[in-house]
Amino acid sequence: MRRYDIFKKIVPIIKNHFVVCNIGLPSQELHYLDDQPTNFYMLGTMGLASSIGLGLALVQKQKIISIDGDGSVLTNFGTLPTIANNIANNFILLIIDNGSYGSTGDQPTYAGKKTSLSEVARACGCENVVECSSEDTAKVLKKAITSNQMTIIVSKCQSGNVKVPVIDIDPVVIKHRFMTELIRKNLENSD
Amino acid sequence: MSVSDTIVSDFVNNKVEFITTVPCKQLADVIDKIDKCAEIQHIPSNKEDEGMGLCAGAFMGGKRSAIMMQNTAIGVTINTLVTLTQFYRMPLPMLISYRGEVGEPVACQVEMAVHTKALLEQLKIPTYHFHRESDVKEFDGILKHTFMSKKPVAILTDASFWNGY
Repeated sequence: MRRYDIFKKIVPIIKNHFVVCNIGLPSQELHYLDDQPTNFYMLGTMGLASSIGLGLALVQKQKIISIDGDGSVLTNFGTLPTIANNIANNFILLIIDNGSYGSTGDQPTYAGKKTSLSEVARACGCENVVECSSEDTAKVLKKAITSNQMTIIVSKCQSGNVKVPVIDIDPVVIKHRFMTELIRKNLENSD
Repeated sequence: MSVSDTIVSDFVNNKVEFITTVPCKQLADVIDKIDKCAEIQHIPSNKEDEGMGLCAGAFMGGKRSAIMMQNTAIGVTINTLVTLTQFYRMPLPMLISYRGEVGEPVACQVEMAVHTKALLEQLKIPTYHFHRESDVKEFDGILKHTFMSKKPVAILTDASFWNGY
């Protein structure tokens, strides 16, 4: 399975949750499959999906799922100790690990070679780290959502992209609709 | 009231509830006070662009956020400032230790100091330079200006402001 095939399986699971999605093709594929106001698409800034997601999770109650890639985690390795040492049980980091820089032409990453991101996450102090196959990702993600424990999922899959259009939504609109929905959900829950 | 106490109290009065820091010797006292302040969630970050990601998340989660860092970080964070903070129009007060000014004992710091203001100007980031202790009285207004304008704003604080390195 490729990232797109995983997305097809997890869209029904994540559509009612707040998602911060990685730059480039991951955001474009998610946007193409199921655009939601609860999706925060990163149009730039490689590597920060996990940091934005953690910041969100630390200050409010809604569940936050950051969808990251192996290349992006490699570019912001400092994020893993910060996640490990600031536990937010409403935070899930789903790393789609296809062993390649998908958006730039599928150049191989070190995560597809000798470096194990799940072992790195554990070494950084992350307590709930699950490495799974692409086929099991939906099941593992569902379990992580119901567990109410901060979880790092490393989903090993094949590289390859699907041709989808770029996202044409203004960044300020992406931010505004995401924040509006988050405020609404948090007010609803405090009633 | 010390400059550190004024800075912490201005953060609190302006409802800045989430602060990330990458340390600098000049900022040590104010970082310590932020860490002990009950009204502020202090999350240290490993690199300044990571910190700006945390701040963007906290801001979208409904909390005003800020970052404290050295001016050397400007080199690290240009892409993040442009493609995240500015592109999505998010406010971000940046309390910056302006190393490499008069009183600096480490020559290498001067190399980045000479580029700091030029880079901030190129990025069209409103920039304020605190040189004397009394300049701290501007901090409250600068915070208000930052959240009104929804921009990253730089407050450069040099060795004289901190009463020595």
